[in-house]
Amino acid sequence: MTVAQIIFYLIAALAVGGALGVVLARNAVYAALFLILALLAVAGVYILLGSEFLALVQVLIYAGAITVLLLFALMLTRTTDVAESMTGAQWPLAVVVSMLLGGLLIVTVTTSDWPGDADGTITRILFEDLGAALFTQWAVPFEIASLVLFVALVGAIVIAREEEGE
Amino acid sequence: MLTLTYDVGNIWLDALLGVLAIVGLMTVGTLALIWLERKVSARIQMRLGPMHVGPYGLLQTLADAVKLIGKEDIRPRNADRWIFELAPFAVFVPVFVALVALPFTRDWAVSFLDLGVFFVVAVTGLSFVGFLMAGWASDNKYALLGGLRAAAQLISYEVPLVLSLIAVSMIVGSLSLSEIVIYQGRVPLFVWQPLAFFIFFVAALAELERQPFDIPTAESEVVGGPFIEYSGIRWSMFFLASYTGLIVYSMLGALVFLGGWDWPLGRELGLWWQLVLIVAKTGFLILLFMWIRFAMPRLRIDQLMSYCWKVLIPLAFLQIFLNGLVLVYDWPDIMLLITSGAGLLLAGYVIDRAVRVEPRTLRLVPAGRRAKPAPAGAESGGT
Repeated sequence: MTVAQIIFYLIAALAVGGALGVVLARNAVYAALFLILALLAVAGVYILLGSEFLALVQVLIYAGAITVLLLFALMLTRTTDVAESMTGAQWPLAVVVSMLLGGLLIVTVTTSDWPGDADGTITRILFEDLGAALFTQWAVPFEIASLVLFVALVGAIVIAREEEGE
Repeated sequence: MLTLTYDVGNIWLDALLGVLAIVGLMTVGTLALIWLERKVSARIQMRLGPMHVGPYGLLQTLADAVKLIGKEDIRPRNADRWIFELAPFAVFVPVFVALVALPFTRDWAVSFLDLGVFFVVAVTGLSFVGFLMAGWASDNKYALLGGLRAAAQLISYEVPLVLSLIAVSMIVGSLSLSEIVIYQGRVPLFVWQPLAFFIFFVAALAELERQPFDIPTAESEVVGGPFIEYSGIRWSMFFLASYTGLIVYSMLGALVFLGGWDWPLGRELGLWWQLVLIVAKTGFLILLFMWIRFAMPRLRIDQLMSYCWKVLIPLAFLQIFLNGLVLVYDWPDIMLLITSGAGLLLAGYVIDRAVRVEPRTLRLVPAGRRAKPAPAGAESGGT
């Protein structure tokens, strides 16, 4: 095994372990912290694949910003009560749905014809090129995404204002 | 020759050497900075500071460190064991990792990254997790409040910090710290981008949770915040992280805005002159941070938040917009100074006006209390 392979298996184990922790942890705060671990491990995989920019965005946005929202919500509520509701009456249905989703994902990943990197070589994409593509070729989707976020932001402020009353 | 990038041939050994160098820098730097901070505060407050252990009290922090390590590692009975014990590491590791990407001299760094600026910002942004963990796991109301305050503050001030750095990298055309330094061969960037430098400095002050932004750990409000239940070695790890953060942000400022190891002595410097320059500039920023700490009163949390969202972030966008204008219309460099300087004057005006205005009543009162009409003339503000 090469060094890169050893590191990959370490990181992959962390990611899978973290993901299992998210699902299996009895305590919701533990689950959120495991989620951070899993997301960081995925960032590590991105680095191994030579896309540092994606990895850093993953760290900054997913591990850094999204989970803070989860942790805020969890820590301001009584999380000890949540532990009992981990298995509801619908758990057989949930098993079926998750099996179907998992099967679908596995089939998609294995049968799709991935362009480029599937032969094991890594093409590095300079982040300058990434930025250029984002602002020229994909400018309209980019602007639509930012518009959606902006609307969400305004909506959040409006809702917060309404709660203030008067 | 002494280089951290010296190729020892073995990738693991190389990584180990890098880590050891960083750990050494962190420990020695923290011991020195705590002594320095006590001396600076003493000078400002017309005291002597530590004088008894060693010459000029130089060994005082060493003695304190020995005392801290020897102390019992106490954990409250209701604390969540794992999260409580891991929280200091979660604060400490991000700052530690950030040091890896900082180039100390032209060819002296653990790792030169193309996205160095982004790396430092992204990684240090993770330390909020540790504060939240410490606050929640301590099972203490003050600790939880402090942890939530820390997370809110860190997340908010990360935005102007990132935006000010984006403004700079627009001008340079690179996110690599080395290239940003090389760009400043003749004129450092704080001349071209005074507004961005101001925003960076204030946001770094907030990210470091130093006065006037030490709201998460404010002794008179949350009695130490997330650290309240910690003692001994774990408590000292929070301090190690805090002072290493001081080094990281000061060095980032020195590299990005003060010209790093290059300006003003030129490119052909030997290693030692480069080291002298970078240490002098980092030290200058550290002293500035300390000076402000003992010269300014603490902000209130609503002032802190509105200052970030209503003043710093719009100004940061203004700086980016102005830089965009200069770049698109290919104006000469001097326009950068003129536009950014005008922006800084605007910032000064806004802050001056905010300072002079009469304090209003707090807007952040709980929902239940707001239903009652405020008594007439209750303009004193603050709860």
